[in-house]
Amino acid sequence: MQIKKSAQKIRTGIAVGMIAAATVVSCSPVKEYQKNRLNDGEMALANRKVEKTELSFQSYREGASGANAGKSGGGCGCN
Amino acid sequence: MRKLSLTVIGLYIGLLAAFSQNSKPDSTQFKSRKISFEEANLVSSYYKQDGNNSAVTGGIGSEKLTDISNSIEIKLHKWDVKGRKHTYDFELGVDHYTSASSDLIDSKANSSASHADTRVYPSANWTMENDAKGTTFGAGGSISYEFDYLSFGGNINFAKKTKNRNGEFSGKLFTYIDNLKLIYPVELRTGATTPRGENYPTAGRNTFGGSFSYSQIVNQRLQLAFLLDVIYQSGYLGLPFHRVYFNNGTELVESLPGTRIKTPIGFRANYFVGDNVILRGYYRYYKDDWGLDAHTLNLETSVKITPFASVSPFYRYYTQSAVDYFAPYMTHKTTDPYYTSNYDLSKFTSQMYGAGIRLTPPKGILGMEHWSMLELRYGHYTKSNGMNSDILSMNLKFK
Repeated sequence: MQIKKSAQKIRTGIAVGMIAAATVVSCSPVKEYQKNRLNDGEMALANRKVEKTELSFQSYREGASGANAGKSGGGCGCN
Repeated sequence: MRKLSLTVIGLYIGLLAAFSQNSKPDSTQFKSRKISFEEANLVSSYYKQDGNNSAVTGGIGSEKLTDISNSIEIKLHKWDVKGRKHTYDFELGVDHYTSASSDLIDSKANSSASHADTRVYPSANWTMENDAKGTTFGAGGSISYEFDYLSFGGNINFAKKTKNRNGEFSGKLFTYIDNLKLIYPVELRTGATTPRGENYPTAGRNTFGGSFSYSQIVNQRLQLAFLLDVIYQSGYLGLPFHRVYFNNGTELVESLPGTRIKTPIGFRANYFVGDNVILRGYYRYYKDDWGLDAHTLNLETSVKITPFASVSPFYRYYTQSAVDYFAPYMTHKTTDPYYTSNYDLSKFTSQMYGAGIRLTPPKGILGMEHWSMLELRYGHYTKSNGMNSDILSMNLKFK
Protein backbone atom coordinates (compact mmCIF):
# COMPACT_ATOMS: atom_id res chain seq x y z
CA MET A 1 0.00 0.00 0.00
CA GLN A 2 2.83 2.38 1.05
CA ILE A 3 4.85 1.49 -2.09
CA LYS A 4 1.75 2.10 -4.25
CA LYS A 5 1.29 5.55 -2.67
CA SER A 6 4.98 6.45 -3.16
CA ALA A 7 4.86 5.36 -6.81
CA GLN A 8 1.77 7.49 -7.35
CA LYS A 9 3.52 10.50 -5.79
CA ILE A 10 6.59 9.99 -8.00
CA ARG A 11 4.36 9.78 -11.11
CA THR A 12 2.53 12.98 -10.07
CA GLY A 13 5.87 14.72 -9.47
CA ILE A 14 7.20 13.66 -12.89
CA ALA A 15 3.97 14.83 -14.60
CA VAL A 16 4.11 18.24 -12.86
CA GLY A 17 7.81 18.59 -13.73
CA MET A 18 7.17 17.72 -17.38
CA ILE A 19 4.30 20.21 -17.64
CA ALA A 20 6.48 22.92 -16.04
CA ALA A 21 9.43 22.14 -18.34
CA ALA A 22 7.20 22.08 -21.44
CA THR A 23 5.66 25.43 -20.45
CA VAL A 24 9.04 27.12 -19.97
CA VAL A 25 10.45 25.66 -23.21
CA SER A 26 7.41 26.77 -25.26
CA CYS A 27 7.73 30.41 -24.16
CA SER A 28 8.22 33.07 -26.82
CA PRO A 29 10.30 36.06 -25.60
CA VAL A 30 8.18 39.16 -25.04
CA LYS A 31 9.82 42.61 -25.39
CA GLU A 32 9.09 45.44 -22.96
CA TYR A 33 6.93 47.31 -25.51
CA GLN A 34 4.81 44.16 -26.00
CA LYS A 35 3.91 43.89 -22.31
CA ASN A 36 0.93 46.28 -22.27
CA ARG A 37 -1.51 43.46 -21.42
CA LEU A 38 0.88 41.72 -19.00
CA ASN A 39 1.42 45.01 -17.15
CA ASP A 40 -2.30 45.47 -16.49
CA GLY A 41 -2.90 45.81 -12.73
CA GLU A 42 -5.16 42.74 -12.69
CA MET A 43 -2.60 40.51 -14.46
CA ALA A 44 -0.26 40.61 -11.44
CA LEU A 45 0.76 37.12 -10.26
CA ALA A 46 -0.17 37.98 -6.70
CA ASN A 47 -3.13 38.31 -4.40
CA ARG A 48 -5.11 41.52 -4.53
CA LYS A 49 -4.57 43.82 -1.53
CA VAL A 50 -8.32 43.75 -0.94
CA GLU A 51 -8.02 39.98 -0.24
CA LYS A 52 -5.81 40.57 2.82
CA THR A 53 -8.41 39.79 5.51
CA GLU A 54 -9.88 36.97 3.40
CA LEU A 55 -6.51 35.16 3.33
CA SER A 56 -6.09 35.79 7.03
CA PHE A 57 -9.44 34.20 8.01
CA GLN A 58 -8.80 31.25 5.67
CA SER A 59 -5.53 30.55 7.51
CA TYR A 60 -7.52 30.50 10.80
CA ARG A 61 -10.48 28.44 9.56
CA GLU A 62 -8.56 25.87 7.47
CA GLY A 63 -5.66 23.56 8.24
CA ALA A 64 -3.63 24.45 5.15
CA SER A 65 -1.76 27.69 4.53
CA GLY A 66 1.17 29.06 2.53
CA ALA A 67 2.30 29.11 -1.12
CA ASN A 68 0.14 32.16 -1.72
CA ALA A 69 2.35 34.97 -0.40
CA GLY A 70 0.14 35.12 2.69
CA LYS A 71 0.71 33.90 6.23
CA SER A 72 1.93 30.33 6.44
CA GLY A 73 2.00 29.89 10.18
CA GLY A 74 3.16 31.95 13.10
CA GLY A 75 2.59 35.60 13.81
CA CYS A 76 -0.90 35.04 15.16
CA GLY A 77 -2.98 32.60 17.17
CA CYS A 78 -3.88 30.73 14.00
CA ASN A 79 -2.69 27.30 12.88
CA MET B 1 20.94 85.06 -52.32
CA ARG B 2 20.90 81.41 -53.37
CA LYS B 3 23.85 80.73 -51.00
CA LEU B 4 21.99 82.46 -48.17
CA SER B 5 18.84 80.34 -48.79
CA LEU B 6 20.86 77.12 -48.75
CA THR B 7 22.57 78.20 -45.50
CA VAL B 8 19.14 78.91 -43.84
CA ILE B 9 17.77 75.51 -45.00
CA GLY B 10 20.95 73.81 -43.74
CA LEU B 11 20.66 75.50 -40.34
CA TYR B 12 16.95 74.53 -40.12
CA ILE B 13 17.75 70.87 -40.91
CA GLY B 14 20.58 71.00 -38.35
CA LEU B 15 18.25 72.38 -35.68
CA LEU B 16 15.60 69.74 -36.49
CA ALA B 17 18.21 67.00 -36.13
CA ALA B 18 19.41 68.46 -32.84
CA PHE B 19 15.91 68.56 -31.27
CA SER B 20 14.44 65.42 -32.85
CA GLN B 21 13.74 62.36 -30.63
CA ASN B 22 16.63 60.06 -29.95
CA SER B 23 15.71 56.36 -30.09
CA LYS B 24 18.52 55.34 -27.72
CA PRO B 25 17.56 55.18 -24.03
CA ASP B 26 18.75 58.10 -21.98
CA SER B 27 21.15 56.55 -19.49
CA THR B 28 21.81 59.88 -17.83
CA GLN B 29 18.12 60.46 -16.94
CA PHE B 30 17.87 62.34 -13.65
CA LYS B 31 16.35 60.43 -10.77
CA SER B 32 15.76 62.23 -7.52
CA ARG B 33 17.78 60.90 -4.60
CA LYS B 34 15.31 62.39 -2.14
CA ILE B 35 12.73 60.12 -0.56
CA SER B 36 9.49 60.36 -2.55
CA PHE B 37 5.97 59.20 -1.82
CA GLU B 38 4.96 56.29 -4.06
CA GLU B 39 1.53 55.18 -2.87
CA ALA B 40 -0.67 54.57 0.15
CA ASN B 41 -3.22 51.81 0.60
CA LEU B 42 -6.07 51.67 3.06
CA VAL B 43 -7.69 48.24 3.43
CA SER B 44 -10.79 47.76 5.59
CA SER B 45 -12.85 44.62 6.11
CA TYR B 46 -15.91 43.48 7.98
CA TYR B 47 -16.09 39.74 8.64
CA LYS B 48 -18.78 37.69 10.40
CA GLN B 49 -19.12 33.95 10.87
CA ASP B 50 -21.39 31.42 12.54
CA GLY B 51 -21.36 27.67 13.09
CA ASN B 52 -21.86 25.01 15.77
CA ASN B 53 -18.46 23.37 16.23
CA SER B 54 -16.48 25.71 18.44
CA ALA B 55 -13.13 24.35 19.62
CA VAL B 56 -13.41 26.39 22.85
CA THR B 57 -16.38 24.25 23.94
CA GLY B 58 -14.90 20.95 22.77
CA GLY B 59 -16.29 20.79 19.22
CA ILE B 60 -19.86 21.81 20.05
CA GLY B 61 -21.33 25.28 20.55
CA SER B 62 -21.50 28.61 18.79
CA GLU B 63 -18.69 29.80 16.51
CA LYS B 64 -20.28 33.25 16.19
CA LEU B 65 -17.60 35.87 15.59
CA THR B 66 -17.29 39.34 14.08
CA ASP B 67 -14.08 41.06 13.10
CA ILE B 68 -13.40 44.57 11.86
CA SER B 69 -9.94 45.12 10.44
CA ASN B 70 -8.22 48.22 9.14
CA SER B 71 -4.72 48.61 7.80
CA ILE B 72 -2.79 51.46 6.28
CA GLU B 73 0.30 50.96 4.16
CA ILE B 74 2.62 53.75 3.04
CA LYS B 75 5.23 53.17 0.36
CA LEU B 76 8.16 55.54 -0.17
CA HIS B 77 11.12 55.29 -2.52
CA LYS B 78 14.41 56.91 -3.45
CA TRP B 79 17.26 56.29 -5.91
CA ASP B 80 20.87 55.92 -4.81
CA VAL B 81 24.04 57.07 -6.61
CA LYS B 82 24.31 53.70 -8.40
CA GLY B 83 20.81 54.05 -9.86
CA ARG B 84 19.27 51.44 -7.55
CA LYS B 85 15.73 51.95 -6.33
CA HIS B 86 15.15 51.69 -2.57
CA THR B 87 11.56 51.13 -1.49
CA TYR B 88 10.40 51.56 2.11
CA ASP B 89 7.07 49.98 3.00
CA PHE B 90 5.44 50.76 6.35
CA GLU B 91 2.20 49.17 7.45
CA LEU B 92 0.01 49.39 10.52
CA GLY B 93 -2.95 47.08 11.00
CA VAL B 94 -5.59 47.00 13.73
CA ASP B 95 -8.20 44.22 14.07
CA HIS B 96 -10.98 44.17 16.62
CA TYR B 97 -13.04 41.04 17.13
CA THR B 98 -15.86 39.81 19.31
CA SER B 99 -16.28 36.06 19.75
CA ALA B 100 -19.08 34.09 21.41
CA SER B 101 -16.87 31.03 21.87
CA SER B 102 -13.87 32.89 23.33
CA ASP B 103 -16.32 34.35 25.83
CA LEU B 104 -16.81 30.81 27.12
CA ILE B 105 -13.17 30.36 28.16
CA ASP B 106 -14.71 31.48 31.42
CA SER B 107 -17.98 29.55 31.19
CA LYS B 108 -19.28 31.02 34.43
CA ALA B 109 -19.02 34.61 33.23
CA ASN B 110 -21.49 36.33 31.00
CA SER B 111 -19.52 38.51 28.60
CA SER B 112 -16.14 37.66 30.10
CA ALA B 113 -12.88 39.54 29.49
CA SER B 114 -12.08 37.28 26.54
CA HIS B 115 -15.28 38.02 24.57
CA ALA B 116 -13.42 40.70 22.59
CA ASP B 117 -9.84 41.62 21.78
CA THR B 118 -7.82 43.95 19.60
CA ARG B 119 -4.79 42.94 17.56
CA VAL B 120 -2.24 45.55 16.49
CA TYR B 121 0.39 44.64 13.89
CA PRO B 122 2.93 47.13 12.54
CA SER B 123 5.54 46.09 9.95
CA ALA B 124 8.37 47.67 7.97
CA ASN B 125 10.04 46.35 4.82
CA TRP B 126 12.90 47.59 2.67
CA THR B 127 13.80 46.47 -0.86
CA MET B 128 16.64 47.52 -3.14
CA GLU B 129 16.07 46.96 -6.85
CA ASN B 130 18.91 47.03 -9.35
CA ASP B 131 17.21 47.35 -12.73
CA ALA B 132 20.45 47.02 -14.69
CA LYS B 133 21.26 43.66 -13.10
CA GLY B 134 17.64 42.53 -12.68
CA THR B 135 18.15 41.80 -8.98
CA THR B 136 16.24 42.74 -5.84
CA PHE B 137 17.31 42.38 -2.21
CA GLY B 138 15.13 43.08 0.78
CA ALA B 139 14.56 42.69 4.49
CA GLY B 140 11.73 43.36 6.88
CA GLY B 141 10.39 43.05 10.37
CA SER B 142 6.97 42.85 12.00
CA ILE B 143 5.28 42.79 15.38
CA SER B 144 1.85 41.47 16.24
CA TYR B 145 0.28 42.09 19.61
CA GLU B 146 -2.96 40.96 21.17
CA PHE B 147 -3.77 40.37 24.85
CA ASP B 148 -2.65 36.74 24.90
CA TYR B 149 -0.25 36.69 21.93
CA LEU B 150 2.96 38.53 21.05
CA SER B 151 4.89 37.84 17.87
CA PHE B 152 8.11 39.18 16.36
CA GLY B 153 8.73 38.45 12.69
CA GLY B 154 11.70 38.94 10.40
CA ASN B 155 12.50 38.17 6.77
CA ILE B 156 15.15 38.53 4.09
CA ASN B 157 14.41 38.15 0.40
CA PHE B 158 16.12 38.00 -2.96
CA ALA B 159 14.91 38.01 -6.57
CA LYS B 160 16.71 37.68 -9.91
CA LYS B 161 15.25 38.19 -13.38
CA THR B 162 16.28 36.01 -16.31
CA LYS B 163 18.47 37.49 -19.06
CA ASN B 164 15.50 38.22 -21.35
CA ARG B 165 13.46 39.66 -18.42
CA ASN B 166 10.65 37.19 -19.05
CA GLY B 167 11.26 35.06 -15.98
CA GLU B 168 12.07 35.75 -12.33
CA PHE B 169 13.19 33.56 -9.46
CA SER B 170 12.53 34.82 -5.95
CA GLY B 171 13.29 33.43 -2.52
CA LYS B 172 12.40 34.54 0.98
CA LEU B 173 13.55 33.26 4.36
CA PHE B 174 11.33 34.21 7.28
CA THR B 175 10.86 33.59 10.97
CA TYR B 176 8.25 34.32 13.63
CA ILE B 177 9.20 34.17 17.29
CA ASP B 178 5.94 34.04 19.23
CA ASN B 179 4.95 34.04 22.85
CA LEU B 180 1.47 33.15 24.07
CA LYS B 181 -0.20 33.39 27.46
CA LEU B 182 -1.60 30.07 28.55
CA ILE B 183 -5.14 31.11 29.39
CA TYR B 184 -6.85 27.83 30.23
CA PRO B 185 -10.60 27.32 30.55
CA VAL B 186 -11.57 28.64 33.96
CA GLU B 187 -12.43 25.19 35.39
CA LEU B 188 -8.96 23.86 34.52
CA ARG B 189 -6.91 26.70 35.99
CA THR B 190 -4.69 26.22 38.99
CA GLY B 191 -3.29 29.04 41.12
CA ALA B 192 -4.51 32.60 41.48
CA THR B 193 -5.10 34.75 38.40
CA THR B 194 -6.88 38.01 37.92
CA PRO B 195 -9.47 38.28 35.11
CA ARG B 196 -6.99 40.08 32.81
CA GLY B 197 -4.08 39.44 35.14
CA GLU B 198 -0.38 39.00 34.69
CA ASN B 199 -0.10 35.62 36.39
CA TYR B 200 -0.70 33.43 33.36
CA PRO B 201 2.13 31.08 32.44
CA THR B 202 3.53 31.55 28.94
CA ALA B 203 4.81 29.33 26.15
CA GLY B 204 6.81 29.88 22.97
CA ARG B 205 6.08 29.06 19.34
CA ASN B 206 8.78 29.46 16.70
CA THR B 207 8.31 29.37 12.94
CA PHE B 208 11.11 29.16 10.36
CA GLY B 209 10.36 29.02 6.68
CA GLY B 210 11.45 29.48 3.13
CA SER B 211 9.21 30.73 0.35
CA PHE B 212 10.36 30.23 -3.25
CA SER B 213 8.76 31.13 -6.56
CA TYR B 214 9.52 31.19 -10.26
CA SER B 215 7.38 33.34 -12.56
CA GLN B 216 7.48 33.13 -16.34
CA ILE B 217 5.96 35.13 -19.18
CA VAL B 218 4.78 32.60 -21.76
CA ASN B 219 3.55 35.06 -24.41
CA GLN B 220 1.97 38.51 -24.65
CA ARG B 221 -1.21 37.25 -22.92
CA LEU B 222 -0.14 34.51 -20.51
CA GLN B 223 2.07 34.41 -17.44
CA LEU B 224 2.61 31.69 -14.84
CA ALA B 225 4.13 31.27 -11.41
CA PHE B 226 5.27 28.17 -9.53
CA LEU B 227 5.34 28.52 -5.73
CA LEU B 228 6.86 26.41 -2.98
CA ASP B 229 6.98 27.00 0.78
CA VAL B 230 8.73 24.89 3.39
CA ILE B 231 7.76 25.74 6.97
CA TYR B 232 8.99 24.30 10.25
CA GLN B 233 7.20 25.12 13.51
CA SER B 234 8.12 24.18 17.04
CA GLY B 235 6.82 24.91 20.53
CA TYR B 236 3.26 25.16 21.78
CA LEU B 237 1.25 24.61 18.56
CA GLY B 238 -2.25 24.25 20.01
CA LEU B 239 -4.29 26.83 21.86
CA PRO B 240 -4.69 26.56 25.64
CA PHE B 241 -8.41 27.36 25.69
CA HIS B 242 -9.48 24.60 23.27
CA ARG B 243 -11.33 22.06 25.40
CA VAL B 244 -11.40 18.32 24.68
CA TYR B 245 -14.06 16.06 26.27
CA PHE B 246 -13.08 12.38 26.38
CA ASN B 247 -15.39 9.39 25.98
CA ASN B 248 -15.36 8.83 29.76
CA GLY B 249 -16.60 12.36 30.43
CA THR B 250 -13.30 13.84 31.60
CA GLU B 251 -12.05 17.16 30.25
CA LEU B 252 -8.64 18.54 29.29
CA VAL B 253 -7.28 21.13 26.82
CA GLU B 254 -6.11 20.03 23.38
CA SER B 255 -2.65 18.48 23.10
CA LEU B 256 -0.76 18.53 19.81
CA PRO B 257 2.81 17.58 18.83
CA GLY B 258 5.59 20.08 19.52
CA THR B 259 6.73 20.30 15.90
CA ARG B 260 5.03 20.60 12.52
CA ILE B 261 6.46 20.63 8.99
CA LYS B 262 4.27 22.12 6.25
CA THR B 263 4.96 21.87 2.52
CA PRO B 264 2.49 23.76 0.32
CA ILE B 265 3.16 23.90 -3.42
CA GLY B 266 1.22 26.29 -5.65
CA PHE B 267 0.67 27.34 -9.23
CA ARG B 268 -0.77 30.55 -10.67
CA ALA B 269 -1.78 31.34 -14.26
CA ASN B 270 -3.18 34.64 -15.54
CA TYR B 271 -4.46 34.92 -19.11
CA PHE B 272 -5.68 38.02 -20.97
CA VAL B 273 -8.52 37.00 -23.31
CA GLY B 274 -9.26 39.49 -26.12
CA ASP B 275 -9.18 43.08 -24.88
CA ASN B 276 -11.58 43.00 -21.93
CA VAL B 277 -11.34 39.73 -20.01
CA ILE B 278 -8.66 38.42 -17.64
CA LEU B 279 -8.76 34.86 -16.30
CA ARG B 280 -6.92 34.33 -13.01
CA GLY B 281 -6.32 30.77 -11.80
CA TYR B 282 -4.62 29.39 -8.67
CA TYR B 283 -4.10 25.86 -7.42
CA ARG B 284 -2.33 24.67 -4.25
CA TYR B 285 -1.51 21.26 -2.87
CA TYR B 286 -0.65 21.18 0.83
CA LYS B 287 0.77 18.44 3.01
CA ASP B 288 2.06 18.38 6.57
CA ASP B 289 3.41 15.79 8.98
CA TRP B 290 0.25 15.87 11.14
CA GLY B 291 -1.50 13.90 8.39
CA LEU B 292 -3.30 16.81 6.74
CA ASP B 293 -3.56 16.90 2.93
CA ALA B 294 -5.41 19.72 1.19
CA HIS B 295 -6.26 20.99 -2.28
CA THR B 296 -7.24 24.60 -3.07
CA LEU B 297 -8.57 25.84 -6.40
CA ASN B 298 -9.35 29.50 -7.04
CA LEU B 299 -10.80 30.87 -10.28
CA GLU B 300 -11.54 34.49 -11.03
CA THR B 301 -12.67 36.33 -14.15
CA SER B 302 -12.12 40.07 -14.45
CA VAL B 303 -14.34 41.74 -17.03
CA LYS B 304 -13.40 45.28 -18.03
CA ILE B 305 -16.65 47.21 -18.46
CA THR B 306 -14.57 50.26 -19.47
CA PRO B 307 -10.76 50.62 -19.55
CA PHE B 308 -11.04 52.02 -15.99
CA ALA B 309 -13.67 49.80 -14.38
CA SER B 310 -13.84 46.04 -13.98
CA VAL B 311 -16.05 43.46 -12.28
CA SER B 312 -14.47 40.22 -10.99
CA PRO B 313 -16.65 37.28 -9.96
CA PHE B 314 -14.69 34.49 -8.25
CA TYR B 315 -15.09 30.93 -6.97
CA ARG B 316 -12.86 29.02 -4.53
CA TYR B 317 -13.01 25.32 -3.70
CA TYR B 318 -11.05 23.80 -0.81
CA THR B 319 -10.86 20.27 0.58
CA GLN B 320 -8.77 18.81 3.41
CA SER B 321 -8.33 15.57 5.29
CA ALA B 322 -8.31 15.56 9.10
CA VAL B 323 -5.12 15.66 11.14
CA ASP B 324 -4.27 12.34 12.83
CA TYR B 325 -5.18 13.78 16.25
CA PHE B 326 -8.73 14.99 15.58
CA ALA B 327 -11.88 13.43 17.01
CA PRO B 328 -15.31 14.98 17.67
CA TYR B 329 -16.86 15.80 21.05
CA MET B 330 -16.58 12.97 23.62
CA THR B 331 -14.95 10.44 21.30
CA HIS B 332 -11.26 10.77 22.22
CA LYS B 333 -9.82 8.09 24.47
CA THR B 334 -7.79 9.18 27.49
CA THR B 335 -4.98 6.94 26.20
CA ASP B 336 -4.60 9.01 22.99
CA PRO B 337 -1.13 10.62 22.96
CA TYR B 338 -2.45 13.77 21.22
CA TYR B 339 -6.01 15.05 20.96
CA THR B 340 -8.02 17.96 19.59
CA SER B 341 -11.68 18.64 18.77
CA ASN B 342 -10.87 21.71 16.68
CA TYR B 343 -13.03 21.36 13.55
CA ASP B 344 -10.62 23.60 11.59
CA LEU B 345 -8.37 20.50 11.65
CA SER B 346 -11.14 18.02 10.78
CA LYS B 347 -12.02 16.59 7.36
CA PHE B 348 -14.20 19.03 5.38
CA THR B 349 -14.70 20.84 2.09
CA SER B 350 -15.39 24.53 1.75
CA GLN B 351 -16.62 26.77 -1.02
CA MET B 352 -16.41 30.51 -1.39
CA TYR B 353 -17.93 32.70 -4.05
CA GLY B 354 -18.40 36.41 -4.55
CA ALA B 355 -17.38 39.34 -6.70
CA GLY B 356 -15.25 42.45 -6.69
CA ILE B 357 -15.43 45.79 -8.45
CA ARG B 358 -12.39 47.92 -9.25
CA LEU B 359 -12.43 51.56 -10.38
CA THR B 360 -9.32 53.38 -11.63
CA PRO B 361 -10.55 56.56 -13.40
CA PRO B 362 -7.71 58.56 -15.02
CA LYS B 363 -8.79 61.76 -13.24
CA GLY B 364 -9.06 60.01 -9.88
CA ILE B 365 -12.05 58.80 -7.86
CA LEU B 366 -14.68 61.58 -7.59
CA GLY B 367 -12.26 63.80 -9.55
CA MET B 368 -9.67 63.63 -6.75
CA GLU B 369 -6.40 63.23 -8.64
CA HIS B 370 -4.46 61.48 -5.84
CA TRP B 371 -7.21 58.95 -5.08
CA SER B 372 -6.29 56.56 -7.87
CA MET B 373 -8.24 53.39 -7.07
CA LEU B 374 -11.29 52.07 -5.27
CA GLU B 375 -11.83 48.32 -4.98
CA LEU B 376 -14.72 46.58 -3.21
CA ARG B 377 -15.06 42.82 -2.74
CA TYR B 378 -17.70 40.60 -1.14
CA GLY B 379 -17.42 36.87 -0.50
CA HIS B 380 -19.65 34.19 1.05
CA TYR B 381 -17.93 31.14 2.55
CA THR B 382 -19.47 27.80 3.56
CA LYS B 383 -17.94 24.68 5.11
CA SER B 384 -19.41 21.21 4.69
CA ASN B 385 -19.83 21.01 8.50
CA GLY B 386 -22.26 23.94 8.50
CA MET B 387 -19.97 26.84 9.40
CA ASN B 388 -20.49 29.88 7.17
CA SER B 389 -19.17 33.40 6.92
CA ASP B 390 -19.39 36.63 4.95
CA ILE B 391 -16.69 39.17 4.28
CA LEU B 392 -16.86 42.66 2.79
CA SER B 393 -13.55 44.40 2.00
CA MET B 394 -12.45 47.71 0.55
CA ASN B 395 -9.11 48.93 -0.76
CA LEU B 396 -8.46 52.63 -1.36
CA LYS B 397 -5.24 53.54 -3.15
CA PHE B 398 -3.68 57.02 -3.14
CA LYS B 399 -0.79 58.04 -5.38
